[in-house]
Amino acid sequence: MIMEVCGTHTMAIARHGIRSFLPAGVKLISGPGCPVCVTEPGYIDAAIELARRGALLATFGDLVAVPGSRSSLSRERARGARVKVCYSPIEALRIAAENAGSEVVFLAVGFETTAAPVMAALEMALRNGIENLSFLTAFKRIIPAMKALISDVSNRIDAFLCPGHVSAIIGASPYREIASAGIPCAITGFEPADILYALRRLIEMLREGRADVENLYSRVVRESGNTKAQQIMSRFLVVTNARWRGLGEIRESGLRLRETWSRFDAEIKHGVTITEGTHAADCLCGEVVKGKLEPEKCAHFGRDCIPELPLGPCMVSSEGTCAAHYRYLAADSVRHQTTGR
Amino acid sequence: MSDIQTIELAHGGGGRLARRLLRDEILPRFGDGPLRNLPDAALLSSLKGKVVFTTDAFVVHPIEFPGGDIGRLAVHGSVNDVAVCGARPLWMSLALIIEEGLPIAVLRRALDSVRAAADDCGIMLVTGDTKVVPRGQADGLYAVTACVGELMEGFSLDPSLVRPGDAVITSGTIGDHGIAVMAARHGLFQNCAPRSDTAPVHRLTASLQPLAAGVRFMRDPTRGGVSGVLAEAVEDRPVDVILTETAIPVSPVVRAASEILGIDILHAACEGKVLAFCDELIADAVVSAWRNLPEGRAAAHIGRVVEGRGRVIMETSAGGRRLVDLPRGELLPRIC
Repeated sequence: MIMEVCGTHTMAIARHGIRSFLPAGVKLISGPGCPVCVTEPGYIDAAIELARRGALLATFGDLVAVPGSRSSLSRERARGARVKVCYSPIEALRIAAENAGSEVVFLAVGFETTAAPVMAALEMALRNGIENLSFLTAFKRIIPAMKALISDVSNRIDAFLCPGHVSAIIGASPYREIASAGIPCAITGFEPADILYALRRLIEMLREGRADVENLYSRVVRESGNTKAQQIMSRFLVVTNARWRGLGEIRESGLRLRETWSRFDAEIKHGVTITEGTHAADCLCGEVVKGKLEPEKCAHFGRDCIPELPLGPCMVSSEGTCAAHYRYLAADSVRHQTTGR
Repeated sequence: MSDIQTIELAHGGGGRLARRLLRDEILPRFGDGPLRNLPDAALLSSLKGKVVFTTDAFVVHPIEFPGGDIGRLAVHGSVNDVAVCGARPLWMSLALIIEEGLPIAVLRRALDSVRAAADDCGIMLVTGDTKVVPRGQADGLYAVTACVGELMEGFSLDPSLVRPGDAVITSGTIGDHGIAVMAARHGLFQNCAPRSDTAPVHRLTASLQPLAAGVRFMRDPTRGGVSGVLAEAVEDRPVDVILTETAIPVSPVVRAASEILGIDILHAACEGKVLAFCDELIADAVVSAWRNLPEGRAAAHIGRVVEGRGRVIMETSAGGRRLVDLPRGELLPRIC
C-alpha cells in the first residue's frame, strides 16, 4: 500500500487514470496532502466572523465552498460578505492597496509551498507600507504529519510517494527521518511517467527490503531545498502545534507568524480565535485523509455529498480525495442516485 | 460640453443625452438597415424555411480580454447557437446595460466589435436597446443579444439521434476562451497570454450541409466546456462517449495555463468551436470539410460512441481510463 501525500499527485493519478492499469498487488491511497481538506471548520468560522465584522477576505478559490460549522464563504458572499478569489497572494497586496479604507484579510492556508510565497507577499507589504492587510494563518508542515501517520499502530502504509512542490521548498533531506523508520520515500513530479517511475522505485525498494529516500524529481528538488524560501519563512514564521482535520493535534506540524509580526496576524489584530468548530454529523473526511477509508465506502459519498454541495472538505477542493474519486472514478450506480440536499 | 467622455445616467433617460448617444454612436454603426429611423420594432421579411431563434446574455469580466471583447462575444454567442442548430443566422438584436461612469471609449470599442463581428457573420443588427444603471449596479457593460436564423435544408439534429458507432469531432483546439479569460482576470501570463478563440462557427456548420444526413447533433461547447456538451448528449441514454486524450487538440499555452490554474481543459469554455456527432462513415469527410476552412484548421476526430450507460470516458495519454466529470458551477483556481 503506497500513500501519496500531495493533493496534486492525487489529482494527477486520477486524471491520468493511473489506478486503472496498476497491477492488482499495488494499492494507492491518498493521504493528508490537500491543505483545504485538513483545515478545520473552525478556521472557516473565524474567516466568516472576520467578514461579518466588515473585513474584505482574499482567498484561494478552493476555500470558498468549504463548509464551516454553519455556513461557507460562498454562502456568506451571496449574503453580502466581501470575498475576493485570488490566484496568487500578490493579488491580496493589490486588493489591499485598492481598498485602503478596508481591512483585508488573506486566508493563509497551505503547506510550505504556499507559506513561502505568502510570506514573500508579506515582505512586499512591509516594503510598500501596506498596513491594512493581515493573514489568518493555518499553515501546515508535511513531515510531522507523515510521522504521525506512521506512528499510528493501525497504519498499513508501506511506502510514501512524496510531494514534488513541497519538496522543492523543504528539500529531500527531511524525508530521511521517515525512511529511517523503515518506510521508503520517493520524491517525484506530476507527469504520468514521473509517478509511474516513482511507484516502480518504491516497489523495488520494498522488494529489496530497503528504505531510502530517492529524489526522482531532481530537475526541481534539491537536497537542501530552496534556501531563499526557507529564509523568508524563518524570518516571519515559527513552528507551532497545529490541528489537522482527521488527524487531530500534531506537535510542531504548523507555522504561525512570529510575535514581531503580530500586527499582520489576523487573529491578534482583529481579536478572533480559530477554534475546532463542528463537523457535519458522521462526515468521514477525517478517515479519508488518514488513508483508512476509500471515499466510496462513505455513506454520503455521491449521495448527499457532491462537489457542488459538500459535507466535508475532501469533496470541495479540486485536490481532495473524495472530489478526485467523484470526478474521475466514481461508480455509476452511486452517481446516478445523487439527490442533492 | 461638446464631446461625451463617460456614460452618465442621463444617457439612458430618453432625453437629449440619450438621443445624442443614439445619434453619435449607434446610428453611424448600425443605421444602414431597419434601424435607420429608430423604429420601436424591426419589420423583417418572411422566411421560407423554419425559423431558429435564440437569446444569450453576456457578463464577461474583464470586458476586454486577449483575443476579443464583450462585443465580439455577444455576436458570436448568439450566432453560434443558431448555427449549431443547422441554421443560417440572419438578424440580431442587441441590448446594452451600461454602468454609469463607463468610459465612452470602451463603449465605442465594444460597438465597433459588434459591427465588425456582425459583418463577418453576414448578419444585420435590426433592433436594440440601451439602459444605464447607477455606478455599482453593473460591472461596466453587460450585453444581451438575440439572433434569428433560417434552418438549412437537410439538417435534422438532436442528441437522441446519437448511436453507438458514431464519431465525435471537434472543429479545433479546446478550452481557449475559458482559460484566456481566467488568466486575464488574474493578470497571469502577460507576455504570452492565452487568447480567446471567440469566432463565428456558421461557416463550419454550413460546410456540413452536403453531409447533413449523417450529422446527428452539433453544439458549441461554451459554458461547461467540452465535457458539458458530451455529458448532455449521452445523459440518461444507453451510450457512452470514449475520448482519446492524445487526439484532442489543445494549444500549448492553453494547456500550460490550465495546469497552472488547476482547471480541467474539458471544463473550460470555447467560443468559436463546434463539436459534432456524426456517422463514422462521414467522419473523415467532416474533418476535411472543416480543415478546408481557416477556422477549422485544427479539426480532429477525438472520440467515438459505444453502447453504455450515459458516461463520458477518457482514454488517457498515460494509457489509463477515467470518467470525465461535469464542471462545477464556478471555476476556481486552486491553492498549490
